[in-house]
Amino acid sequence: MSAAPAASLERPDALRIEHLDVVYRIGVRELRVLSDLCLTIRRGESYGLVGESGCGKSTAAFAAIRYLARNGRVSGGRILVDGRDLMALSPGELRRLRTQSVSMVYQDPARALNPSLRIGRQMAEVFEAAEGLGPAASLERAAQMLSRVQIAGPERVLKSYPHELSGGMQQRVIIAMALSTNPALLILDEPTTGLDATVEAEVLELIGRLHAEFDNSILFISHNLPVVARMCDRVGVLYAGELVEEGPAASVFREPRHPYTVGLMRCIPAFGRRKNHGRLSTIPGFLPAPGSVVGRCVFEGRCGNATERCAREAPPLVDLGGRLARCFYPERAQDLPRQSETPAPPATSAPAGTSAPPGTSAPPGTPARPLLRTRNLSKTYQVSGKSFQAVHQVAIDLDAGETLGLVGESGSGKSSLAKLLLGLSVPDGGSEIEFAGEALPARAHDRTPAQLKALQIVFQNPGSALNRSQTVRRLIGRSLRRAGLFGRARETRLRELAASVRLTPRHLDEKPRQLSGGLKQRVGIARAFAGAPGVVVCDEPTSALDVSVQSAILNLLVELQNEQHVSYVFISHDLNVVHYVSDRIAVLYLGRLLEIGPSESVFSGPHHPYTEALLSAIPSLEDAAVKRIRLTGELPNALNLPSGCVFHTRCPRKLGEICERQEPPLHPAGEGHAIRCHIPAAELGQRSSSRVSDRSS
Amino acid sequence: MSAGIAPVSLARERLNVALRSSTLIAGLAILTFWIVCALLGARIAPQDPYADNLLATLAPPSPAHWFGTDQLGRDILSRVIVGARDILIVAPLATLLGTVLGTCLGLCIGYLRGALDDVVSRVIEAVQALPLVIVALMALAAVGTSNTTVVLVIGFVFTPLIARTVRAAVLVESDLDYVAAAQLRGDGALAIMFIEILPNVLPIAVVEMTVRLGYAIFFVASLSFIGFGIQPPSADWGIAIAENYSLIGSYWWTVLFDAGATASLVIGVNLVTDGMSSVFET
Repeated sequence: MSAAPAASLERPDALRIEHLDVVYRIGVRELRVLSDLCLTIRRGESYGLVGESGCGKSTAAFAAIRYLARNGRVSGGRILVDGRDLMALSPGELRRLRTQSVSMVYQDPARALNPSLRIGRQMAEVFEAAEGLGPAASLERAAQMLSRVQIAGPERVLKSYPHELSGGMQQRVIIAMALSTNPALLILDEPTTGLDATVEAEVLELIGRLHAEFDNSILFISHNLPVVARMCDRVGVLYAGELVEEGPAASVFREPRHPYTVGLMRCIPAFGRRKNHGRLSTIPGFLPAPGSVVGRCVFEGRCGNATERCAREAPPLVDLGGRLARCFYPERAQDLPRQSETPAPPATSAPAGTSAPPGTSAPPGTPARPLLRTRNLSKTYQVSGKSFQAVHQVAIDLDAGETLGLVGESGSGKSSLAKLLLGLSVPDGGSEIEFAGEALPARAHDRTPAQLKALQIVFQNPGSALNRSQTVRRLIGRSLRRAGLFGRARETRLRELAASVRLTPRHLDEKPRQLSGGLKQRVGIARAFAGAPGVVVCDEPTSALDVSVQSAILNLLVELQNEQHVSYVFISHDLNVVHYVSDRIAVLYLGRLLEIGPSESVFSGPHHPYTEALLSAIPSLEDAAVKRIRLTGELPNALNLPSGCVFHTRCPRKLGEICERQEPPLHPAGEGHAIRCHIPAAELGQRSSSRVSDRSS
Repeated sequence: MSAGIAPVSLARERLNVALRSSTLIAGLAILTFWIVCALLGARIAPQDPYADNLLATLAPPSPAHWFGTDQLGRDILSRVIVGARDILIVAPLATLLGTVLGTCLGLCIGYLRGALDDVVSRVIEAVQALPLVIVALMALAAVGTSNTTVVLVIGFVFTPLIARTVRAAVLVESDLDYVAAAQLRGDGALAIMFIEILPNVLPIAVVEMTVRLGYAIFFVASLSFIGFGIQPPSADWGIAIAENYSLIGSYWWTVLFDAGATASLVIGVNLVTDGMSSVFET
């Protein structure tokens, strides 16, 4: 840190990557995952690198600290960190560079911390290694760092083990460690992807503040465009290992000049967009295999603007005055035709009628009764002698063909509720679940085949949801067999079902590992629809997927609902997604229903103070400088619930003692809309809008 | 990074790794050699392994008897070749029995959990605390010794060890969503255990089996050595070592080649184990 910059008048760029090529050796083949990557991060600048998974974002980050996976290799180009050529450094110099000039923050804070060491020990190590301080002095510095990342009571945190801290807290500790040596370059690799929206907003705010305070350069890697738009000065868009667009964040997101950027931005469900407003845009086709595209534009196969020229020669990065785009027709980018996959082929339009002879599952024409109805639904776990209520007295009605969105932070009981509905865990005594007017046995094991078929699930993680030893044909076929189909009839139905989720017959003989995440999720959906279900629980069905795939899956779910009149319980932490698919929305907090009502009313207000905070935490592309309501503190420990209203410990609108003493009932706040708050609905409605602007300073 | 890579079938990829693994190839070469010896036995032995020749007892290695002769003047090379047969029948059968029983037991306790798992797991731990040779010795002393009883006893002794490994893998699998999906489809416990979970824990069971095979060979040889394993007149290596070890000072060849054969077989199996685990890791 001290010796190098003395010579030059100006301090060198924090990171300079020149014509970088990186290859991975897979078996005997070498795959080029980054080609001719050039980028420069100036002093004090924050640079965002965006793109979908598999585009090479993380590879670029690891190359920048010379820490590629064992089978990876820099095959060309130069990387200069703080003016020093990374490839020319000796192991000792490299080690010094990594301790002093560059730091990295990873996506999963739980895995970045050593679970068997106290936070204090881990943080002190940084100072011992970088500055040669003694243990006592190091601990003191660690405490100082923790207070700089706004951790209240640093002494307590220093004595804790990582598992005793929440995810947001862990990530703050990691950020503190990364900034300890005041590095010239801070690399953040999807730093908030695993965090809840409210915590994410808080961590991002912290990063922004620290960036101003420490004045280091930031390489911010994310798939989340609104987050990058908010955090970064400049942004680079990676596609298939190539930088396809680069420029100041504001202008790139206002006026993208590459069709891929345009496509990506259109995939994000805009704030307030609903399923009856039409389908979401997608990017058709697939990411090409690394290194497979030679002599043409990498995006040519998926681009609506592509011409013959794009297939004949590879476009260079063109300078458009302060910004770059790798396209022959940058001026046409925004005229990219809107693309969403073609509607389902006609063969699949009537699966419910043809396949489910008993017809017990979805009774049409009984609108008076809700299809699914829960009362008093509770689940208490015993954890080391204490009881912990994951779900508390939830009452939900779900009509046929309706979507109920379930939102809340992690730990709010969304997934526990889903498991109770499906019978995968047993609710407390006194809980009632009714389906089509009949009481459902609590355990899936005790339900009749018809009841089982009627209630199905699409899982969050398509990798874990599909048995990796079975082919797609078998995966879906086993469910069809349960639905009473054999031989030729089963094969016919299988093909129909596969076609309705846009799988080609070729996919039927493949195993899950040969499929991409989006295709796997389609298989999961086909399996859930095998028995013509009445209700499908979608547990974060798109959170493991890229945005372009997410929009295709959402389109598919909406389309299947229109065709088959199925009901969804749709769990998601992404409020824009929930708003897009849901007719009604329920907000959960610590297992309690805080608000339930039609989507429009929940979004437009009056809101519960918690809903209001969730809504204001949504990062959006349109309004990068959002005014936010900050929730103070962390989700309370579920083993030690707050008295009265469970939200009072974090509520920005707490009235006073009444909130601590008395749990508010669900007050009606308009048609079908109810809010659990002591503040009268009328007042919540009045204040919610002014409240947002109050905080704008 | 794997998202965009052209899909290659798993079996094919594993074969590629296998063909490039020198440990696996070396191990397989050793194993194949001994399997050929066991299969062809007397037909490839240069002399009759059972024929006494009291005029040429304890002859040192020479062109006539490459490995020398034993106390009864029998050709040791021929006896080593023929001696591969019994151990290569008994040890693999015992391991297979232990693997099949252990896998079934591990699947049941790992998937069903509850009181059954608690009880069986404690019993397994208790069994593991005992020295296995002693357990096997007592059992063989009680039921009488023959190749069949040796197979059964070693098989039963291995069952809890393999069950424990399989149980751990089943616990991981049971938490995956595909198991919940099968329950929601209405599949019974048996179908979920044997159709859904078993194929995914099989690689672990197979690797565990090859590990156990190495132990089993050693185990059988030890039992034979103390007279509770394979019985004479078999030309088994363990028996030969037992018969001759008192002569090792002056007549080293009567013990060395049988001991070397046992060792090379165990090494061969272990090399295969290492190779297999790296193949299944892909």
